[in-house]
Amino acid sequence: MKAARRWLFRLLPLLMVVLFFAAWEGYVVFFKVSAFILPPPDRIVTAMVRLLQQRNVFMHVRVTLVETLGGFGAAIVTGVALGTVMAKSPWIERALRPFVVATQIIPKVALAPLFILWFGFGLESKIVIAAVLSFFPIFSNTFIGVRSVDRGLREVMTTMNAGAWPIFWLLEIRAAMPFILTGMEVGIVLAIIGAIVGEFMGGSVGLGNLAILTLQEMQVDKLFAVVLLLTLIGVVLYIGVSMLRRWLTAWHEAIGADERP
Amino acid sequence: MNSPALADIELSGVGKTFESEGREVVAIERIDLAVAPGEFVSILGPSGCGKTTALRMIAGLVEPSLGDVAIFGTPLWNRGRRNDAALARLGVVFQEPRLFPWFTIEDNVALPLRLRGQGEAARRRRAGELCELVGIGGFAKHRPNELSGGMRQRAAIARALAGDPRILLMDEPFGALDAITRDQMNLELQRIWRATGCTILLVTHSISEAVFLADRVVTLSLRPSRVHRVRRIDFQHPRDPDLPTDPAFQTIVRAIKHELAELGR
Ligand SMILES: Nc1ncnc2c1ncn2[C@@H]1O[C@H](COP(=O)(O)OP(=O)(O)OP(=O)(O)O)[C@@H](O)[C@H]1O
Ligand SMILES: [Mg+2]
Repeated sequence: MKAARRWLFRLLPLLMVVLFFAAWEGYVVFFKVSAFILPPPDRIVTAMVRLLQQRNVFMHVRVTLVETLGGFGAAIVTGVALGTVMAKSPWIERALRPFVVATQIIPKVALAPLFILWFGFGLESKIVIAAVLSFFPIFSNTFIGVRSVDRGLREVMTTMNAGAWPIFWLLEIRAAMPFILTGMEVGIVLAIIGAIVGEFMGGSVGLGNLAILTLQEMQVDKLFAVVLLLTLIGVVLYIGVSMLRRWLTAWHEAIGADERP
Repeated sequence: MNSPALADIELSGVGKTFESEGREVVAIERIDLAVAPGEFVSILGPSGCGKTTALRMIAGLVEPSLGDVAIFGTPLWNRGRRNDAALARLGVVFQEPRLFPWFTIEDNVALPLRLRGQGEAARRRRAGELCELVGIGGFAKHRPNELSGGMRQRAAIARALAGDPRILLMDEPFGALDAITRDQMNLELQRIWRATGCTILLVTHSISEAVFLADRVVTLSLRPSRVHRVRRIDFQHPRDPDLPTDPAFQTIVRAIKHELAELGR
């Protein structure tokens, strides 16, 4: 009896997912919902298989991946650089604060059309949108991370006459790494959203664009398949960043919270 | 007092006043002290008398409000600017080990060498030797969190020694250790001091430790915080682990104990 309960507990998430799709299928069949509104799960699976057999689908996947990772990469470079500089210099921090607050508050998705205008319908505009969306969590976590570098460790560097670069490279960036990677976990998800929003706006390639096209062709089951594919990509990228975090900050996981610098 | 050229560390008329929330806190009223090359000096004093502050001023971490600190006869501070060259041959051991948790013990110990741009192979070799010297030879590849408190403090000492210091500053380095480990560490420190010939300034709360190791013991007073007394400790070096049972040793320890009890009032 106890063993059964334990198994039930373990399999509960999977069980709920199965139940969810069963309810979906039951609902569509029982209420005779039009497949144009809500296709049943089995139709979506079929559409997914057909989508993956389509020759150009991987081209779309590649484009969306390039945009996402390009924007994410740009956000990492600028976010870490600006976060570090602002954490270290109270003057620069104060001078740039209005802009930083503004970029945090502005609904950045609303700027997407502007970026299309500025950077065209190609890859560049999507990379910019992905970068703008994923910048903030990476920037602010870097800022907090560098700010909270242990004073004692700083003093160790000072008594060793360390210059600005070794202090950054051997102390600050490493101490801030757990923060930065947590910001990156949030950032990668936002980068995907940015790339897709950009593809919605214009252009002729990418999974976001494919989604728009399938909607115009009223192929709702295929639309669901595209969304599913995007979700899978998102999961893979997120897990990738998570693994990177665990690998790069193994020292951080290993020490107790009270010992953390 | 010795002439400045002969002293490794010289504090002349050094005072420190902190400003916190508009109030002035006098941490050190006035200290004059000269430490000769190769000398071992211990500093004792009631809590809050400014021992840590004095050490931090010598280490170049805070600037004195009054007076001058000179290292090897060179002034350490010049109108708010620190003379980094004067600190190049200085090692500091803090009360906590302050190891970098993301580095292995070896990389922690080799940090001063890395900052001087030494190659990896040479660094590794030297770090290995130093780990052996302080008795953590088998733990070079471990991370700090895998070591006990005593072993971490040994690593911190090895790191301070890696820069080949002529001066070693230590702020209650063994405060967190149990009595037996502490006695062991004292013997090791004595051995290291004799092997390297460096000048050591040790802040401690253990009177016995201070007397056991030092050529001279300085007691500081509280309010006003000044040098109260400097005692020369004449037991032959190297000192025997059983020295603390010697009646002459115990007499000195008892005298300092009474003195500190008075000063702490
Ligand atoms: N950064 C600071 N700002 C304000 N006051 C300070 C600061 N550092 C030290 N003080 C004050 O200076 C005095 C001396 O402090 P210090 O840490 O040097 O004492 P200590 O002799 O090392 O004491 P303990 O034996 O407890 O370690 C204390 O009154 C303390 O409150
Ligand atoms: Mg202290």
